Amino acid sequence: METASLGEWLDMGGYASYVWPVYGIALAVLVGVLVHGLRALRGEQTALDGLRRDLPSERESNGEA
Amino acid sequence: MKRKHKRLTFVAIGLLALGTATALILTAFEDSIVFFYSPTQMTEKPLPPDRRLRLGGLVEEGSVARAEGSAVIRFKVTDLVHSVPVVYEGILPDLFREGQGVVTEGRLVAGVFQADEVLAKHDETYMPPEVAEALKESGKWDDIRGAMTHQGPPAVAAD
Amino acid sequence: MLRYANPNRFMRLARVLTPWSAGLAVLLTAAGLWFALVDSPPDYQQGETVRIMYVHVPAAWMSLFCYVVMAVSAGVGVIWKHPVADVAAKASAPVGAAFTVITLISGAFWGKPMWGAWWVWDARLTAELVLLFLYLGYIALIHAFDDPARGLKAGAVLALVGVINVPIIKFSVDWWNTLHQPASVVKMGGPSIDGSMLVPLLLMALAFKAYYIYVLLVKMRAEITAGKVRALRLRQVHGTA
Repeated sequence: METASLGEWLDMGGYASYVWPVYGIALAVLVGVLVHGLRALRGEQTALDGLRRDLPSERESNGEA
Repeated sequence: MKRKHKRLTFVAIGLLALGTATALILTAFEDSIVFFYSPTQMTEKPLPPDRRLRLGGLVEEGSVARAEGSAVIRFKVTDLVHSVPVVYEGILPDLFREGQGVVTEGRLVAGVFQADEVLAKHDETYMPPEVAEALKESGKWDDIRGAMTHQGPPAVAAD
Repeated sequence: MLRYANPNRFMRLARVLTPWSAGLAVLLTAAGLWFALVDSPPDYQQGETVRIMYVHVPAAWMSLFCYVVMAVSAGVGVIWKHPVADVAAKASAPVGAAFTVITLISGAFWGKPMWGAWWVWDARLTAELVLLFLYLGYIALIHAFDDPARGLKAGAVLALVGVINVPIIKFSVDWWNTLHQPASVVKMGGPSIDGSMLVPLLLMALAFKAYYIYVLLVKMRAEITAGKVRALRLRQVHGTA
């Protein structure tokens, strides 16, 4: 492992404009998909809790969400 | 139970039929799917003239020449059995050099390939520079280099 | 597998596994990025652009893996009427599509400096693009019908038919002359990658796998919960107690 400077590392041997966008785009896409999924889960859980409150006669015969 | 088995059988037969059909279609269209012709294929196969083609292989050692003050570059593409001369004017990729893989697009005119695009092709070996140096020094370099010319139909003329 | 056809049993398992898969994904990603970007050498031939491989190849592997999971789940769901399998297929599709997009884009950023072209219509690249269309087609089909069951059936047919594309992608570089180089890891004779580069590659591959499991669990839980919400809303409308 060479001890390169931060600037050299960021420069990626001159290929910075190819390497960094790849990592940036991959991160953005994967985090985006995850956040979308977590929001959906939270939304559905909130809706379910709300419905169960409104329908107290609803007996959950088969376990929690 | 019976209906499930019927569904499963249909799916299995369907997939088998699809697989066979695809294999047949791909074999029939082999020519169009080929991304490039090797020098042997280009030399031996009767190709329609005036058609845009791609030629792929290795840049022959010692074949690269650029006339003084000219932007035109000449080199040969070889698959170690046959070689085709190429003439090109334009940008060359970073990786272009003698012994390197290359794929070039253009037209074959009177035995000379007039290229208007040159792409570098690299093999599937990856290693740090120090390891490459060590291999070159120990004489094991050629064994390790990826099989550039061993892709697709054999480059060796059938005899 | 049949035990988890019961959505509630699956949900209990999923709730337990979710935080573990998340933690695993974070750890593996951190380790993978460290080795990919800092603690690994440049390539003798491709220089620092080899670091693109540590995103491109794992993403490509996942694009194929998710597709197979999706197709098999869809098939199981349709043939055996396995409700959790249907949910797994639906959840896998967007994640697989995301990995395919990452594969194509990272490939373009790798191809431009090394080959000299952002894109070529060689067999492997074209087949990977077809994979993206298959994913998008599946997603479209399952939402295209008023009756969700019909959508799932149509989607399963497309997903299963498209499975043929997976071996095509994998073996395209062996069957035909392509610009894309042959396999470096999964091939006869073992990997042709130096150990110092295999480490970040495999770490990133595992990180992506853990991420997929995490997101899959989250999305499946959301989908199953959505089903309960729909059921409760129907009862609300119909006024049954």
